[in-house]
Amino acid sequence: MTTAKNFSIQNVNLWYGESQALYDVNIDLKCGKVTAFIGPSGCGKSTLLRCLNRMNDRIPACRTEGEVILDDKNIYDADVDVVQLRAKVGMVFQKPNPFPKTIYENIVYAPRIHGLVQSMSDCDVLVEKSLTHAGLWNEVKDKLQQPGTALSGGQQQRLCIARTIAVQPEIILMDEPCSALDPIATAKIEELIDELKTEYTIVIVTHSMQQAARVSDHTAFFYMGKLIEQGDTQDIFTKPKKKQTEDYITGRFG
Amino acid sequence: MNITPRLKRRYRADRRFKFYGMAAIAFALSFLAFFFIDIIGKAMPAFEQAYIEVPVTYSAAVKDNYNKAIPREYRYLVSKSYLRTLPYELEAHPELLGKTKQRWALASHRVDQYIKGHQGHGLKKKYRSHVTAMYDDGHIEMRFNARFFSHGDSKMAENAGILAAAIGSILVLLITIAVAVPIGVMTAVYLEEFAPDNRFTQAIEVNINNLAAIPSILYGLLGLAIFINVMGVPRSSALAGGLTLALMTLPVIIISTRAALRSVPESIRDAAYGLGASNLQVVMHHVLPLAFPGILTGSIIGLAQAMGETAPLLIVGMMAYIPEAPGSILDATTVLPAQVYTWSSESIRAFEERTAAGILVLLTVLLSLNGFAVWLRSRTQKTW
Amino acid sequence: MTTANVFFWFVAGLLPLSAMAFLFASKKAEKLEVQFGRLQSRPGFFGWYAVIKLASPALLVGLVCSILNMIGWIHVPGEMLLATAFALGAGSLWLGLKQVKHDFRARQPVEKTMQTMLFIAAIISILTTVGIVFSVLFESIRFFNIVPLWDFLTGTTWNPDTAFLIGSGMAEGGAVPEFGSLPIFAGTFMITIIAMMVAVPVGLFSAIYMSEYASDGLRTALKPTLEILAGIPTVVYGFFAAITISPLVVNIAESFGLHADFTNALAPGLIMGIMIIPFISSLSDDVIRAVPQPMRDASLALGMTRSETIRHIVLPAALPGIVAAFLLAMSRAIGETMIVVMAAGLRPNLTANPLEGVTTVTVKIVEALTGDQEFDSAFTLAAFALGLVLLVITLCLNIASSIVVRKFRQRYE
Repeated sequence: MTTAKNFSIQNVNLWYGESQALYDVNIDLKCGKVTAFIGPSGCGKSTLLRCLNRMNDRIPACRTEGEVILDDKNIYDADVDVVQLRAKVGMVFQKPNPFPKTIYENIVYAPRIHGLVQSMSDCDVLVEKSLTHAGLWNEVKDKLQQPGTALSGGQQQRLCIARTIAVQPEIILMDEPCSALDPIATAKIEELIDELKTEYTIVIVTHSMQQAARVSDHTAFFYMGKLIEQGDTQDIFTKPKKKQTEDYITGRFG
Repeated sequence: MNITPRLKRRYRADRRFKFYGMAAIAFALSFLAFFFIDIIGKAMPAFEQAYIEVPVTYSAAVKDNYNKAIPREYRYLVSKSYLRTLPYELEAHPELLGKTKQRWALASHRVDQYIKGHQGHGLKKKYRSHVTAMYDDGHIEMRFNARFFSHGDSKMAENAGILAAAIGSILVLLITIAVAVPIGVMTAVYLEEFAPDNRFTQAIEVNINNLAAIPSILYGLLGLAIFINVMGVPRSSALAGGLTLALMTLPVIIISTRAALRSVPESIRDAAYGLGASNLQVVMHHVLPLAFPGILTGSIIGLAQAMGETAPLLIVGMMAYIPEAPGSILDATTVLPAQVYTWSSESIRAFEERTAAGILVLLTVLLSLNGFAVWLRSRTQKTW
Repeated sequence: MTTANVFFWFVAGLLPLSAMAFLFASKKAEKLEVQFGRLQSRPGFFGWYAVIKLASPALLVGLVCSILNMIGWIHVPGEMLLATAFALGAGSLWLGLKQVKHDFRARQPVEKTMQTMLFIAAIISILTTVGIVFSVLFESIRFFNIVPLWDFLTGTTWNPDTAFLIGSGMAEGGAVPEFGSLPIFAGTFMITIIAMMVAVPVGLFSAIYMSEYASDGLRTALKPTLEILAGIPTVVYGFFAAITISPLVVNIAESFGLHADFTNALAPGLIMGIMIIPFISSLSDDVIRAVPQPMRDASLALGMTRSETIRHIVLPAALPGIVAAFLLAMSRAIGETMIVVMAAGLRPNLTANPLEGVTTVTVKIVEALTGDQEFDSAFTLAAFALGLVLLVITLCLNIASSIVVRKFRQRYE
């Protein structure tokens, strides 16, 4: 598994129509580590995450300035291919969103179109590998032909993670992956993130500071579209430098 | 493994797919453009009509045979409908007797079509140079065809107009409005505000959705069997047509009224009930006024649909030859679409442009009605 | 007195009387209110109560008499009808006015009456269906007494003219009328299939473009523009098909060395297809937009292109709704009348060649019922039998489409 050499956000400004959502954001994302974006709702953390694989392209009124450097290349350059970019930078969404297809099809759908698998046996191997990786294989190996939507919420989210890693990305973006799940399912996903970070660079947006503290190595705190503070998770939570960060993590607002 | 080798092909497929979408839209829009240009192009000549200047001799013989009023070489060029009026003119103005006057007369449709240069004008060879010469000398003139709007149907193409059909359409539509709107609104109010949620109510709902999808011609069969054969409503009458169209429009009005009622928020009902209003008072004083724009929009769309409908009206006999506007709702009547249909089956060339002109009038009315409804909806759309 | 006159005097009499009754009763109630303080019901309700008291017996008399007249049991003279109706109404009004007291609850009976009237209005829609079903069913049964159902459905020759001749006593010996409807249905389905071949790709791709590619502004302009296509009266399409498209088809066929009839199936089929485009595009646009956005995001985030997302994720998810739209459009095409009456043929023709003239169910119904035949001849009764089959087919299509739509809703709501 290849992992990204370098990944950084440089001077990113972003507007939705007239209103600016992000102001001069600079972050150096550590490769092979987990970075958490925290902050109150509407602070721009999810918007920034969606910049990293250019999902914001879908919104016509959205305009981005600045650079996101991945492997020495700005992903906003004109010659960058979004399809390739997104295959390299996978994404897991807030609400589990498996396709209305079988579990098996959910996994092999993208690899097949990308040409990553050729034969039926390739597919079988890939499905088993991805599901095992996502810690779901034992639970679903007997019902691969059942619809993915029939699984429980936590299982669905792990299926979405399996689907993402089946494309062999270098980076996985997670947009509040546990916000729709119960505590037990959340614990399982957090465990999974812990395992995955050995192979992938992970960026996770979360509104739960405990979760950020548990799973991440680095943390960036956002407020009103501005990056307030970033650093080692340990440092941010124990000795924040900024007053706003301290207020937020001690629960005084947010 | 790398995904690059396939990318080129995938992007080509992507562009192709988007192109199909644009092509589909372009096809539909260009048809629409072609259609309107074609219809307008065919209709425009109908708004001009040839008039011819001829010497009219008011002799005593004219009283019995109006053909004698003008020289033989002009007889064929003047519309019979003009000649027919001469005996009456003489009766009204006896002082004209024995005099010869130059008069502008309605030209026959053959002359009209020949001057317009249409294929199949039907003007005999021997008259052609004569007519051309008269046109060059200013004895034949093209004038605005006001007759088209002031006269009813006629077997003589140059004399045929849409007045009788337009009045018939209005009459039929009034009956449709009088029957369909109150019943439709009442049904919708019952279903939305009063009906208990039981099997019978569900049956009514399913039934209304099915009624909306029944082909219009079957409403014609209903009208023929029930209104005409059982109830004894006169065939071809505006009443028979109006009642038939009313039943056809009913589901449209019910469905749109229900949607309008449903869009009135529950909180307004709660507020009125909280003040001690009764069920009926809540509906009459609060819900209906708020839903009114929606109801109006739906009704206009339904009525526009009824106004353009032909098939059920043919079945109840509204394709008769009606030269005069109907005097009552029990008289034989024709409507605009039916007039278009009867003209379209005439073989005389001049009727083709009148058909197109009738269509143009019909389309103008329908599109303005629909446009008004759309405007009304966008103007009164409320977000609660 | 003619029926129209009776009706006129009935309405002309009832309206001012009702207004008077309303004024009387509400004024009396207002006076009572001054005397006794606030009443249980507003004075307006007393007014309406009086109107109901007046109008209901009068309307009842009118209704009963007209039904009796219609059935032909007794003929009640118009003057007598009017006199009875108004006398009964006045009597009932007098009793009603006497009831107007300070402790009388006028609201309940008024509201009850209103609800009953609303209910009766709702019943009318049921009656319409029953009316349609019965009007085609009764005449069809009479028809099937003459012509066996099986022969009707499977016969390949439609030759009812001889029936007309026999009816008028002019039949040549041995000529038997034949009512095999197969060629008629074959014609209907051929034209419907041609229409669907135009409408399905154009409608579906238009819907995809509007919902997935077009900006909001473009979409709000495109959708009503396309819907104009469904708002054009069918008689107009018929004229256009017959005068413009049919000769075009004949000319084009000729340039390929083919012979085409002027009543060819292609022209009405094409135009009908264009007419039903909005049924498919608008409905499909709605269901495609109802597919949840996260589904698309998930696919795009896996590196799928826009078209791959639409083809593999969005369309399968929206499929039930799209199928329902197809079915509705198809039922519209099968029941369409004016286009085929004006542009298709009259001669039943069992053929697979769209350049030949074919006829359809609706054409035959119009032909049979607008001619001068007696109403009871087998020829006109055949129209009702064809109508019955048409009704069954369109109802089945509609029910199928509503079941599919319900499945779709259950999936995403």
